[in-house]
Amino acid sequence: MSKPPIDELDRQIILATQEGLPLTTTPYFDIAQKLEVEENEILTRMQKMQEQGIIRRISVVPNHYAMGYKANGMSVWDVPDEQIDQLGQQLGQLPFISHCYHRPRHLPEWPYNLFAMIHAHDRETVEQRVAQVAEILGDSNRGHQVLYSKRILKKTGLRLPVERK
Amino acid sequence: MELTALHRRLLNEFQRDFPLTPQPFKEIAENLGIQEQDVLQMLCDLQESGIISRTGAVLRPNHVGVSTLVAMSVPPEKLDQVARIVNAFPEVNHNYEREHEYNLWFVVIASSPKHLQTVLDRIQKKTGHEVLDLPMLQEYHIDLGFELQWK
Repeated sequence: MSKPPIDELDRQIILATQEGLPLTTTPYFDIAQKLEVEENEILTRMQKMQEQGIIRRISVVPNHYAMGYKANGMSVWDVPDEQIDQLGQQLGQLPFISHCYHRPRHLPEWPYNLFAMIHAHDRETVEQRVAQVAEILGDSNRGHQVLYSKRILKKTGLRLPVERK
Repeated sequence: MELTALHRRLLNEFQRDFPLTPQPFKEIAENLGIQEQDVLQMLCDLQESGIISRTGAVLRPNHVGVSTLVAMSVPPEKLDQVARIVNAFPEVNHNYEREHEYNLWFVVIASSPKHLQTVLDRIQKKTGHEVLDLPMLQEYHIDLGFELQWK
């Protein structure tokens, strides 16, 4: 995927909005005031960044854990490299998978190359869904594990990298 | 807090297509058939009770900067100590303890590949434990929010 460049004002807008819009009647105007630009500039640039896919969506972002999705299972699978794109796309379409990625193996200690995140209210449901995934992968599944989260040790909304020269 | 039918609609219907207009909350209010102030109050309440993390932009991963997922295998009695060292890095975004031999899993976001490598090296040095560097090679699921199920 190509990376359309962003300039300093885009960056400022991302920083000003990613941790949340101000909960006021005119949130974009308030951001504009803070950044000393016109409101329209904010709206136009956010629209453009959305069209370019830099901003994926503007959202009321639920905290799945607080909403009762207490079982967070990271399922990891060892599948043949030559099949991974096709299998990954199949898994990515399943409604209960929130993230699905190809990541590198580190042999011998880490043989898994396909990661699929499953959120559910309880482990039993996660296990059922893992069984569904196993069925879809069939013989291509050479081994898998589910890593349940035990504790959240850090979680920040900040998504922009820290500048460090 | 008890979630009402309106809370649920607010949560489900505005995970995408949040209005990019001068008075977005007024637009949402009209959509739900309530007052703008009620929407603002509901969002405030949801945020305070931790049910939503924010109302804002969700970015495409790896567009601005580079990131990776890191796994570490740490003796259980040293986990808290190592987690404290790891969490002190501003580049560390999420950090979860998971039930596995690899029990510490976190995301590192940096401004360049070189910066990322520096952070990984420093984490290894400061904790005395190896890191597994597991960057995303391909994404198969575009995160558009998901239909919440109510228990």
